[in-house]
Amino acid sequence: MPDTRPSNEAVVLTAEQMSRTITRITHEILEKNPVADKLAVVGIHTRGAYLGDRIHQLLCDVGGRGYPSGKLDISFYRDDVAARGAVGVIPSTPQPVVKDTDLPFDIDGSTVVLVDDVLFTGRTIRAAIDALFDYGRPAGVQLAVLVDRGHRELPIRPDYVGKNLPTGLRERINVRLEECDGIDEVVLVRTQEGG
Amino acid sequence: MPKRDLISIDDLSRADVELLLDTAESFLPVLERDIKKVPTLRGRTIVNLFWESSTRTSSSFDLAAKRLSADTLALKASGSAVEKGETLKDTAITLSAYSPDIIVMRHPSAGACQTLSANTEASVINAGDGKHQHPTQCLLDLFSMRQNLGRDLDGLKVFIVGDILHSRVARSDIMGFTMLGMDVTLVAPPTLMPRGIEEMGVTVEYDLANLKDADVIYLLRIQQERIKAGANFLPSLREYNEFYGISQARLRPGQRVMHPGPINRGVEIASDIADDDENLIAHQVFSGLAVRMAILYRTIVGYSDGSASGEVL
Repeated sequence: MPDTRPSNEAVVLTAEQMSRTITRITHEILEKNPVADKLAVVGIHTRGAYLGDRIHQLLCDVGGRGYPSGKLDISFYRDDVAARGAVGVIPSTPQPVVKDTDLPFDIDGSTVVLVDDVLFTGRTIRAAIDALFDYGRPAGVQLAVLVDRGHRELPIRPDYVGKNLPTGLRERINVRLEECDGIDEVVLVRTQEGG
Repeated sequence: MPKRDLISIDDLSRADVELLLDTAESFLPVLERDIKKVPTLRGRTIVNLFWESSTRTSSSFDLAAKRLSADTLALKASGSAVEKGETLKDTAITLSAYSPDIIVMRHPSAGACQTLSANTEASVINAGDGKHQHPTQCLLDLFSMRQNLGRDLDGLKVFIVGDILHSRVARSDIMGFTMLGMDVTLVAPPTLMPRGIEEMGVTVEYDLANLKDADVIYLLRIQQERIKAGANFLPSLREYNEFYGISQARLRPGQRVMHPGPINRGVEIASDIADDDENLIAHQVFSGLAVRMAILYRTIVGYSDGSASGEVL
């Protein structure tokens, strides 16, 4: 439906490409963790959780065995809540409704693959690692993202990247997933005022 | 963002109430894990001012703040400058030196929280002011109801039985229960029923003849200190128990009893009810912590419904 798409949007991953990318990431996870008995997939709400589900499903199919999986909500670990009036914090950032954190396996000693849709400043991942450590002491934490758009503000590096996409600060990456948006695609949006 | 107080239930919209209850629910997993603490309010300062005695409310507010990693400061009337005659305004000015983010206050006078709020930059949360309001009790009552009786409380029939006249819990509960669509009936002897309370959208009765209609029976404490003081509200506690006390014999199966505590066994509530875990009395205490965490959290981060995207990190 190219005619209904707003002119400031450009598709960077189609449904077919996204599916191939997720498959590749899954194989890379297995390649990097050949003997990981305690490998687990944990998605970060909202879209990271759906992507985590997909990767987990594929991992079990390809790996020929079951792996534990879970979901993480990082609302209580955000750094823009406690930092009152901090420079650079977007004022009146809407605080989304908190979703369930569900980690139905023992974190201690697990190798946890965190999954998120877009890697940007790295602050979400910082929060997710903090949250994870309040549940236990993983043997290792790896990071899988569908899109790495750059502009890191923290020393955080992904282990598995779907697509590297250098962006401007005035551009936005929208990941849309069947589960919540009715379509699988990644689009680059150019905004007027940034954000 | 302008500061947000919680002084009366009518400071909240129905959407705010539902957001608070949802937020409280999301704290439950935190309270079940080994490390029962999140860093959300790290660096924030919360003052608990209790000018009246309290066990449940003060302890749960204190623990709620600590679970959110805030720093807490507790002040009680006895042993503080209040005994030396300091006014509430001056206490507020003194505390401003510490730049608190939230002041939680219980006070014997209705309206004290408004006075405090006018004299401080901090958000004020009412933990009970005189006979006026006790909004956080109402919210935890709603939370217990929702956790035990299902999310949709619309049409639920609640009988509030006891000393309505002196009860700030009753005033908050009437507002909150009717806001969520419940059908509220008040039962009390005429001496303990405030005149004109029907205007709050409730049915008033003076005996338990229709008790069988209730889904939930919410008992209020008979404030013995007021009865013993010689005011003729009741002929005797035994007579009250005879006419209004709730025991198993008065209930039909499926009815659930609630009570904000502390209970008077053998006065408004029989021991067989107080000790029956089917009732929600113990759950109400449990709810206090998660609900007060949600209130502190929302007071600081705001009551946004999250419809806008939160993906700013």
